[in-house]
Amino acid sequence: MSLEKFLNTAVSSWMNQEGPDSDIVLSSRIRLARNIEDFQFPTVFTNEEAKEIVELFEKTFAHKSYVPFGKFELLKMNELQPIEKRVLVEKHLISPHLAEDCAFGACLLSENEEVSIMINEEDHIRIQCLFPGLQLTEALDVANQLDDWIETHVNYAFDEKRGYLTSCPTNVGTGMRASVMMHLPALVLTQQMNRIIPAINQLGLVVRGTYGEGSEALGNIFQISNQITLGKSEEDIVEDLKSVVQQLIAQERMAREALVKTSNIQLEDRIFRSYGILTNSRIIESKEAAQCLSDVRLGIDLGYIKNVSRSILNELMILMQPGFLQQYAGGALRPSERDVRRATLIRERLKMEERKYQEMEGDEK
Amino acid sequence: MICQECKQRPATLHFTKIINGEKTEVHLCEHCAQERGEMLMFSENAGFSINNLLAGLLNLESPLKEAKTNAFQGPEILQCERCKMTYHQFTKVGRFGCSNCYYTFSRHLQPILRRLHSGNTTHAGKIPKRIGGAIHIRKQIEKLKQKLQDLIVREEFEKAANVRDEIRFLESQLMKYGEGGL
Repeated sequence: MSLEKFLNTAVSSWMNQEGPDSDIVLSSRIRLARNIEDFQFPTVFTNEEAKEIVELFEKTFAHKSYVPFGKFELLKMNELQPIEKRVLVEKHLISPHLAEDCAFGACLLSENEEVSIMINEEDHIRIQCLFPGLQLTEALDVANQLDDWIETHVNYAFDEKRGYLTSCPTNVGTGMRASVMMHLPALVLTQQMNRIIPAINQLGLVVRGTYGEGSEALGNIFQISNQITLGKSEEDIVEDLKSVVQQLIAQERMAREALVKTSNIQLEDRIFRSYGILTNSRIIESKEAAQCLSDVRLGIDLGYIKNVSRSILNELMILMQPGFLQQYAGGALRPSERDVRRATLIRERLKMEERKYQEMEGDEK
Repeated sequence: MICQECKQRPATLHFTKIINGEKTEVHLCEHCAQERGEMLMFSENAGFSINNLLAGLLNLESPLKEAKTNAFQGPEILQCERCKMTYHQFTKVGRFGCSNCYYTFSRHLQPILRRLHSGNTTHAGKIPKRIGGAIHIRKQIEKLKQKLQDLIVREEFEKAANVRDEIRFLESQLMKYGEGGL
């Protein structure tokens, strides 16, 4: 498979489109957890119940168009290859839990991959909307529309006092988790994150590394989300998160400015060294690649690097993961082989950028 | 210190058990501890997930209860009629079995929710459109009643009368829902 073709099928719109504040905010996500009143929760439900739920979704929602997302396709976990599932996880379209542990798990995926509805995960239904940049309100809007659409066909487990009833008491109420992925290299470089994270935690928000719980911040990318789901409206939760994110954006911009002023040549050096590694290395581990990509992205944002598009960090952070590398290679790879593949993928992808910009310059002449 | 069980390997795990006020110290090596099943906390050390933590939270009240169990035999077992999950099971897995569990365990739920959601125990967000019809109206009435009070305090009686009519209309709507069996 050629790289161009692979990219066409692998890259979802939220990865290479820009949104508001997308120099710092990579993506915004809203997740709603819902259960169907007539069935026991996935914690204890029988295989028959699980099958019935999948069938219900297959009959009612699959292959249906819902403007403006296009057609929905139903993917059953037991019919997918391990690599295919892994790719979906790496794209954040499904959770690792759905891919690995849910025997009758399924996912209703919109054509443009902005929306995915997980079925039989920890809850019967988990609606997920992913938008580029800081667009929490927009994502909530879409999630609400989908929620209403589904509700016309099923009875939700809902209680006036407790709200939407979920398997885990940490989600009860709105069942909503709003999260924002942020690239904060300057705050990390100036060692301010250690001070900021506890402060954010005190506001009922959680800060994590990119890939869910327990992971370190690869490539200086942090995920910030709400912890509390009960006692606040969806809109208030989103507003609170947004205001913290906006403060972080302001802090990061200030830190970047300060960095440029105080360490101009050192910073430029660091950025171009990282660019050099990415364009030349033959073996690269994901940790090193993530750090270099973060540097290069900062270099683009600060104007040091001009011939590479900004979305490169989003895109390559996703594509350089094991699942994608193996899909691109067309088969299973050992870890050492992956590091070689990863280096090749990144080199080729950056060469594509160079060619693109050369052609653009050629056209101008 | 040498493991008191096998008396060969060095003891790496040190427990202090207090049973009925009687204190016993136990020093074991990892191997023997596992054999004796005293590794509870360390077994499957990879899987220390949110649910383990949560189960810990839910179990906070258990020491008291266990003491009671010893004193009077056979306390009532709280079990969900629908999915058969017991409260004890719930505290272990940290997840409910079905929507009915919320009602079955409601007595214990208040403190748990308060702990998890910074003191909040009541939903303040979205209400499903279709099944929530009656709830929507009830919430609206509540809001209007508040407004009515405010208007009366400010002596804006004309506006208050309008709000009162609105409330009456909504209440008649609500009656219809009641008859419809919702």
